[in-house]
Amino acid sequence: MNQDQSGPGPSFEERLKAARSRQGLDAPPKPALGNQGELGGSLWSIGLRVGIELVAALAVAVAIGYGLDRIFHTTPILTVVFVPLGGAAGILNLWRMFAPKD
Amino acid sequence: MAAGSGSIDALGQFQLHPTLGFIGSSVNFTQSNLMMVVAGLLVLALLWLGMRPRAMVPGRLQAAAELSYDFVLSMCVDQIGPEGRKFFPFVFTLFFFILFGNLLGVFPYFFTFTSHIVVTLALTLVVFFLSTGVAIRIHGLHFLSYFVPQGVPKALIPLLFVIEVISYLSRIISLSVRLFANMMAGHVMLEVFGAFTIMLGGLGLLGYMSAGLTLGLNTLLIGFELLVATLQAYVFAVLTCIYLHDAVHLH
Repeated sequence: MNQDQSGPGPSFEERLKAARSRQGLDAPPKPALGNQGELGGSLWSIGLRVGIELVAALAVAVAIGYGLDRIFHTTPILTVVFVPLGGAAGILNLWRMFAPKD
Repeated sequence: MAAGSGSIDALGQFQLHPTLGFIGSSVNFTQSNLMMVVAGLLVLALLWLGMRPRAMVPGRLQAAAELSYDFVLSMCVDQIGPEGRKFFPFVFTLFFFILFGNLLGVFPYFFTFTSHIVVTLALTLVVFFLSTGVAIRIHGLHFLSYFVPQGVPKALIPLLFVIEVISYLSRIISLSVRLFANMMAGHVMLEVFGAFTIMLGGLGLLGYMSAGLTLGLNTLLIGFELLVATLQAYVFAVLTCIYLHDAVHLH
């Protein structure tokens, strides 16, 4: 009765594991995908995300710069200042996406 | 809907029409609104009908309801931490509303309400204001330290503050545009290949063969669309959880 706990052979757990892997029921451990694996998806979806993140940050920056220009009547200056900041924010978004988690 | 007259009208499918006859047109109740109601009712039906037997060994529908509950709960707790239980109802509602909205769009004569940026932007604004409100409520003015990365020289703080604020605001656009663009692109492709099938079908024997090819491609695209619908709902929910995590923990 108790042979699956203290039997001479391999324990029940080991035999079950061996049987399962023989039948291919246990998926092999997946290689770590890093940060981008967490949201799943193919290269296409990663590319789409990269594009969206960059453009979104730039669009927000241009909107802020243009809006402030309209308020302060300084028309091109603040937009010009905010566009590189928006680009930097886009890069920051990408860094957040792909940075190795520590 | 379909372009039978020799031109491809890929965007016509996104036009809104009043439904439900006289009452619908007087309050401008469009098919998009109708689909939202249908999606909400389907989620309620899944949970209510699924959990009605309350069996110890669940049947299929009950297993689906329990699995969906469990799935979202573990997503909340994994991403947000133990505080995530508080946000479970919100994330659950959001995920299943979007999921059913995306999936309903795959059926013929149905409408994908998530393919309108107005809808996704409204959902995103809810998420954005909720997470910002949570952050302000928990941390008060200390919330502003979220925009100042640790270990930065003092001279760089104003510059980085502005960049971080832009990055924070860009979440609204990236979250809403991602869902909207994915859903719209998929349906435009379906429409284009559907129109190809009809147009090529009118060309005789050679046309039939190539029409079969585009029809097969459309079949594949429908399967792909199912994948995209589920994945995008999941991505939306996970990103909501990540933003709520940032709001609760700051960094």
